Amino acid sequence: MAATQLRCRECTTEYPLEARYVCSRCFGPLEVSYEHEPVSDVGSLRRRIQGGPQNIWRYHDFLPLAGGQPQTRTGLPAGCTPLIRADRLAERLGLGEVWVKNDAHNPTHSFKDRVVSVAATRARELGFDTLACASTGNLANSVAAHGAALGMDSYVLIPADLEEQKQLATAIYGTNLVKVRGNYDDVNRLCTELSGDRENWAFVNINMRPYYAEGSKTVAFEIAEQLGWELPDRCVVPIASGSLYTKIAKGFSEWIDIGLIDGEIPTMNGAQATGCSPVATAYAQGKDACRPVKPDTIAKSLAIGNPADGPYALDLARSTGGSIDDVSDQEIRDAIRLLAETTGIFTETAGGVTTAVLAKLAARGDIGADERVVLVITGDGLKTLDAVRDSFHAYEVDATIDSFEAAFAEQGVSV
Amino acid sequence: MSITVKIPTQLREAAGGAAQVQAEGATVGEALESVFAEHGELRDRLYLDGDLRRFVNVYIGGEDIRFLDGLQTAVPAGGELTILPAVAGG
Repeated sequence: MAATQLRCRECTTEYPLEARYVCSRCFGPLEVSYEHEPVSDVGSLRRRIQGGPQNIWRYHDFLPLAGGQPQTRTGLPAGCTPLIRADRLAERLGLGEVWVKNDAHNPTHSFKDRVVSVAATRARELGFDTLACASTGNLANSVAAHGAALGMDSYVLIPADLEEQKQLATAIYGTNLVKVRGNYDDVNRLCTELSGDRENWAFVNINMRPYYAEGSKTVAFEIAEQLGWELPDRCVVPIASGSLYTKIAKGFSEWIDIGLIDGEIPTMNGAQATGCSPVATAYAQGKDACRPVKPDTIAKSLAIGNPADGPYALDLARSTGGSIDDVSDQEIRDAIRLLAETTGIFTETAGGVTTAVLAKLAARGDIGADERVVLVITGDGLKTLDAVRDSFHAYEVDATIDSFEAAFAEQGVSV
Repeated sequence: MSITVKIPTQLREAAGGAAQVQAEGATVGEALESVFAEHGELRDRLYLDGDLRRFVNVYIGGEDIRFLDGLQTAVPAGGELTILPAVAGG
């Protein structure tokens, strides 16, 4: 594989490609580094990728797997989700060109299938037979489903008050579902302690985190490929830990560096809910690190009060001329509806956060009329139904034309 | 009564292999100083310019000390401190 080692982002100490996530010298995060051959024939490499499977394994050259391209018709392959041009949304917001990357189109309906596919495959290469995770919900679904698909045991730890839909859509896969009395940061602390004691468990977002995080680069690869090997001018991406946000930029950057695409990393805008906005707050205050917060928001999939990649998210927003903004719970609900009404895409609360931040940037005049903008929608609205409950009117009628017409007349609507 | 400090796997080598060590002091900072007196190598692993490194979390009774008074947080006799890497999760 092109991956060569794990390297500490803080002090550059290098480690072999094993199940290790933190630098033992400085506690900094480890990241996979690669040595790619220079691309001598861009057209040939593009054709090879295009001829690959309809999932993230078409990009296996850029992922940290020793075995090359995995079996593509087994397991739970993720990716190759639609990139939809959203002219009606653009028009409502007064923008020129908006695209929606709809990652709800994954096997368990969120972008987490990308990262779990990579982590689980690498875990098997390293000899693990058990998957585990600390999750705000989407990851729980994905780890449980991947465990089932790959025949691995799994342990999924979530905050006890997680949305019922996300609990049901985890337990059904036959996992060991553990509801922790506490918030996500408590779950994460417990899992970090557990991972030190259970060395035969692959915690996808703890001891496998360097591999897991690489899966998010495939969002960038797909966007570039779907735009005809071009870069967007701007991406709007939700931030929980900051991993997706920073790895999308890494994906673009790797392809620019080898000459597969031309241009610069897009302007990167991060999106948080006001009720859990440690990164947006640090951004607004000009700080280079985040002060942890206690989350209180309907956007539970983004409710990480102590974001691991916060400092790097701040660097990225500043270096690309972007920003990190936050939006209220009401703005989130309104934006879920805006996206649904203008694109036919029903997203969960995290997508409401991202769409609301796009609307905020548009209203603020941050986005030029000629910009090509990609809105990254990470999950499905069916997972967070409470956010939209009672937010619309339905007509209940007898099975007669009279009753049908009377119901609309009552509301003053002519049909 | 002394304070128990739980050492994460990544640091156990620098703590003589121990999963937990005993410490003395009225605050988190003092307790850590007493650990450093015994295991000097731990200081540079955990501290930068006299403060905790940004990817080091310290918990007392399950609460991140950054929600309390940081290194000045009082530690009761018989209390337990847990040191963990901050880069997990997400």
